[in-house]
Amino acid sequence: MLLIRRFEERSAEMYALGKIGGFCHLYIGEEAVAVGAMDALRPDDYVFSSYRDHGHCLARGCDPKAVMAELFGRSTGLCKGKGGSMHLIDVERRFMGGYAIVGGHLPLAAGAAFAINYRNGNQIVLCFFGEGAVPTGACHETLNLAAMWGLPVLFLCENNRYCMGTPVERAVALYADVSKNAVAYGIEAGCVDGMDVLAVRDAVDKAVDQIRTNKRPFFLEASTYRFLGHSMADPSHGHYRTKSEVDEAKKRDPLLLLKTKLLDERGAAEADFTTLEQEVKKIVDEAVDFAETSPVPAMEALAEDVLT
Amino acid sequence: MTLTYREALNQALREEMRRDEKVFLIGEDVAYYQGAFKVSKGFLEEFGPRRVVDTPITELGFTGLAIGAAMAGLHPVVEMMTFNFAILAMDQIVNNAAKIRYMSGGQISVPIVIRGPGSAAHQLGAQHSQSLEASLEAWFCDVPGLMVVAPSSPRDAKGLLKTAIRESNPVIFIEAQLLYPTKGEVDEGEYLLPLGVADIKRAGTDVTLIAYSKMLSIALQAAEVLAKDGIQAEVVDPRTLRPLDLNTLAASVKKTGKAVIIEDGWPFAGLGAQIAESLYTRVFDYLDGPIVRVTARDVPMPYARNLEDAVIPDVKRVVAAVRTVLYKK
Repeated sequence: MLLIRRFEERSAEMYALGKIGGFCHLYIGEEAVAVGAMDALRPDDYVFSSYRDHGHCLARGCDPKAVMAELFGRSTGLCKGKGGSMHLIDVERRFMGGYAIVGGHLPLAAGAAFAINYRNGNQIVLCFFGEGAVPTGACHETLNLAAMWGLPVLFLCENNRYCMGTPVERAVALYADVSKNAVAYGIEAGCVDGMDVLAVRDAVDKAVDQIRTNKRPFFLEASTYRFLGHSMADPSHGHYRTKSEVDEAKKRDPLLLLKTKLLDERGAAEADFTTLEQEVKKIVDEAVDFAETSPVPAMEALAEDVLT
Repeated sequence: MTLTYREALNQALREEMRRDEKVFLIGEDVAYYQGAFKVSKGFLEEFGPRRVVDTPITELGFTGLAIGAAMAGLHPVVEMMTFNFAILAMDQIVNNAAKIRYMSGGQISVPIVIRGPGSAAHQLGAQHSQSLEASLEAWFCDVPGLMVVAPSSPRDAKGLLKTAIRESNPVIFIEAQLLYPTKGEVDEGEYLLPLGVADIKRAGTDVTLIAYSKMLSIALQAAEVLAKDGIQAEVVDPRTLRPLDLNTLAASVKKTGKAVIIEDGWPFAGLGAQIAESLYTRVFDYLDGPIVRVTARDVPMPYARNLEDAVIPDVKRVVAAVRTVLYKK
């Protein structure tokens, strides 16, 4: 979680310096969801994500150097500099990608699950998406297919309460309990506090076990909050939410909650966190150095990888 | 051996499904109903519901699902009941199937075939008879990362579909509704035809007619009419629309100095405009006059038979176009 937090903070700096271009959607505030969820997976499970994918990618164990180099648009990046912030892909870790058409990757996740069943495998597919994807046709068509065909997908809805700038109350009819959308299709669903990494891990663990055993999809809604703007183009609160609302949410910072728990209940000492900060800083420093010193893609790469 | 276009497709798909366990067919009514146009006749009995998958009427959902399955190593063949309905899946095809390989820096391929009838049929109205691939072929051809195939004969249909299924790239395979019952000679046994290679369907010296899918037969009929007037038309069928075999097209136009392009899509920004531009770039100095296009009329497809007939290119219009490029009355 700390790695994601510091990585994202550094990404913001690099964006401000013009080292990272385009749209850059940071995961600060939502770290507990990715970290808690990923811990419950096996290496041969598949993961699909949306455009806010840095945290998911790092939590899956992808190399921070290659991730930062991708954000910098360098040839050493995860996707050779051709994907960018919203399309981080690492097949070796079965991190099947960040996708930037809201809802558009849900059918893909169902497809990977279809392939698992086709081969009689027992992997599962973890599919992250925001509550803003829930009203899309892609989501509903996918839920219907997944329910009918018993596809092993964990639909993990990261409800950060804003579909870009539109509050969930004005975007999803069943906003009070978004997971009811899945229940309507006969999919078992649950909710979890997305700021509590241990709670997320427990909930995902249970859901994943159930999916593997029952060969049925599961829909888990994680209530979370994005501390910064929708993207780097957007100030941290903007016109659609108040500063006091953001400040209030930050009192439940997932890193703070875990730290308090570790100090109070697990016998951790303040010094442990100092060490951890130093370790993480080193990783992030190295990632930035690596990205800075990596070459941009060669012009020959432009037309490569269009077709096989 | 003589087969219908429908039987040729059925054979191609059946042979490929027997050859490779990873190949499966998915779409609306492909299993129990045996396909809206009966292309998958007998498949459910032979391959079972695991590999012949009926879907609800959700083109976006099942096309996206098939793309995901391809990313995970299967080789789906998606049947569009008609290509008009593929518009609902356009986001999945363009934003996912066509781009994933590039976005991932070559890490993920999407070996998938999306096939079904395009092309105008009779009196189906504007939403079912979006004339050929209605310029829909032009939509797909615009997209890097897709291959687009439109066979005009049973022989081509079989050989090209088999190759398309062995491709590791997404292939849009546009059949023609009115061609399903038509018969033709097909090679004995298994055979493959390469994608990206045009075929000279009739040799000639005076004018090049470029036509594909259902319009090929119109071009061939026009060539017969013209032959009676002593005009020898060469009829070239690109067969694959992307990548286009410009070498073969250009060689023919170099020889004849005149070209007419026949398509049943809409005229504005239609595929013929692209083919003409490519030819101008390649063989401008060999042309005796401007390239002429014969296209559908610039309207949604009307229902009334007489109006519909006026929309789709026919032999008369092709003959008239040839006379124009030959400066004959």
